[in-house]
Amino acid sequence: MPRWQGQLIKIDDYHWQIPQSYKSGMRVPGIIYASEKILESIREEQTPEQVANVAFLSGIVKASLAMPDIHWGYGFPIGGVAAMDIENGVISPGGVGYDINCGVRLLRTNLTEAEVRPKINQLINELFVNIPSGLGSEGKIRISQKEMEQLMLKGASWAVEHGFGSKEDLEVTEEKGCMEGADPSKISDKAIKRGMPQAGTLGSGNHFLEVQVVKEIFDPEIASVMGINEVGQILVLIHTGSRGFGHQVCTDHLRVMEEAVSKYGIRLPDRQLACAPIKSPEGKDYLAAMACAANYAWNNRQCITHWARESFSKVFSKSPQELGMRQIYDVAHNIAKMEEHIVDGRRMKVCVHRKGATRAFPAGHKDIPQCYKRIGQPVLIPGDMGRCSFIAVGTERAMEESFGSTCHGAGRVLSRGAAKRSLKGKDVVRELQEKGITVKAGSIPSLAEEASQAYKDVTEVIEAVHQAGISKKVAMAVPLGVIKG
Amino acid sequence: MVGKAFEVIDHTADVGIIAYGADIKQLFSNAALALFSLITELESIVKKLQHNLEINSKDKDSLLVEWLNELIYLFDAEHVLFNRFDIESLSDNRLKAICYGEKVDPLRHKIKIGVKAATYHMLKVDEDSQGYKARVIFDI
Repeated sequence: MPRWQGQLIKIDDYHWQIPQSYKSGMRVPGIIYASEKILESIREEQTPEQVANVAFLSGIVKASLAMPDIHWGYGFPIGGVAAMDIENGVISPGGVGYDINCGVRLLRTNLTEAEVRPKINQLINELFVNIPSGLGSEGKIRISQKEMEQLMLKGASWAVEHGFGSKEDLEVTEEKGCMEGADPSKISDKAIKRGMPQAGTLGSGNHFLEVQVVKEIFDPEIASVMGINEVGQILVLIHTGSRGFGHQVCTDHLRVMEEAVSKYGIRLPDRQLACAPIKSPEGKDYLAAMACAANYAWNNRQCITHWARESFSKVFSKSPQELGMRQIYDVAHNIAKMEEHIVDGRRMKVCVHRKGATRAFPAGHKDIPQCYKRIGQPVLIPGDMGRCSFIAVGTERAMEESFGSTCHGAGRVLSRGAAKRSLKGKDVVRELQEKGITVKAGSIPSLAEEASQAYKDVTEVIEAVHQAGISKKVAMAVPLGVIKG
Repeated sequence: MVGKAFEVIDHTADVGIIAYGADIKQLFSNAALALFSLITELESIVKKLQHNLEINSKDKDSLLVEWLNELIYLFDAEHVLFNRFDIESLSDNRLKAICYGEKVDPLRHKIKIGVKAATYHMLKVDEDSQGYKARVIFDI
């Protein structure tokens, strides 16, 4: 793919603008958050062109935003944020992504590296057996179609009602693990058929569960509010989404949107940006279906949380309470949400598309849990399995600039094919072992696709959003053991 | 047709295919073969069952995407693998086909990747003097 040669105006060291004049049809400029170094790798592909294309969409306000971890996606870049005026704007399934409510959940423990390292193989094996993962993995929970409807309506609270986790978990989950407006009648039979057997599974690809050890604390005061008290403490990170269910919802509604584009006379620079007015029947139907898929994903992470606690409990012969396995937070990083923001000095209701981007609300915001009101919303940024992950908090500046949004991860630099050609799954396992990281995967060859070399260094990504001021880093953790599909 | 039926191409986060065909029916059949070649070894699939499919769509490009998405659905929800596709009829907005294959057998089928959706991203269906050519990117 050719290098992107378009015009970028430097605003400061971490803000770059694609001027509205770059392409006729752009309604707003594009803004890329990146250091000069990251920008070089972003320019390697046509990703900035996608940032410019998003700026064509009706009702987009302020700017088409891109986080430092952006890479080339379908229509929208992955790592893109776009807010549309709900009065005259559009909703685009491509701005959410196929894996609706793909997201991250973080649990704390009272355990230390010294206690866990000697038992890490046993623990990883236990987690691998207890948590259904892998291609086409089917869950341990068997649900009827009627229960599937309840699950779509209730999200994580469906799991809690069925004995998976506690109400306290819901308090520290974005949207309390249940998005309003879910309507199962907007879900196809196909989606239900794909979704039922996969409820409560980790899946494959880049999804994982990681046992981590805190390596560095940048802000001890904020960290302690989250229950992160010392270097060496053990955390558990869960990264998964809505599985085949979300993909089918996206596929079904993209088809509807294809029709809507002609019906409403919408002109698009890329077919994959298919969309419909937020207030149109097609737009409302997608939002109602998207909420079902978002709830399905929250239920998924809730079930997996429960099995992770069970596994720790078995290996360490203590209850999850004794182990202090409290949930720190759960964030969605593929979602569209109705939020209030101030645009050009005016408070307005917008639909914020976050595709590979994380909500990052500041201290005091009404939508964050009471326990975090003083520090801001926790932001969870997983890196690749050989490096590290970050915990940050949202800031006032994010609210002013980026619709309360920040990055979501490392971002790929190598295609899966290129990663596989240059690396072998077995070697990746060995390399990780040399670093003291135990891996258990359903498919060893596909591990190569997820090797460190395939990703940007998340440290540079987090540094860029920290320096730009749209989130504040709090702590960093490294993996001790990983299970992957 | 002389030459290859399809090839696999790279895409940063995902994977794509280019399918070839002397005519449009062969193009659709080869695109489906390419899809299942991403999922497993085509030679490992035994033609034990047949599935009749009918797809309606608004134009040829959408028809190709929806054809592939229907096959992905059958794989993900019903765990069926196919390696032969007889396209009975094909117009700009309608396709009728018989697909041959079998249910996944974990002992015989090594599943390489879980393809989740065919996308419109970079979708391209071309025709020249050599025949037809189509590019499809899959979300995995």
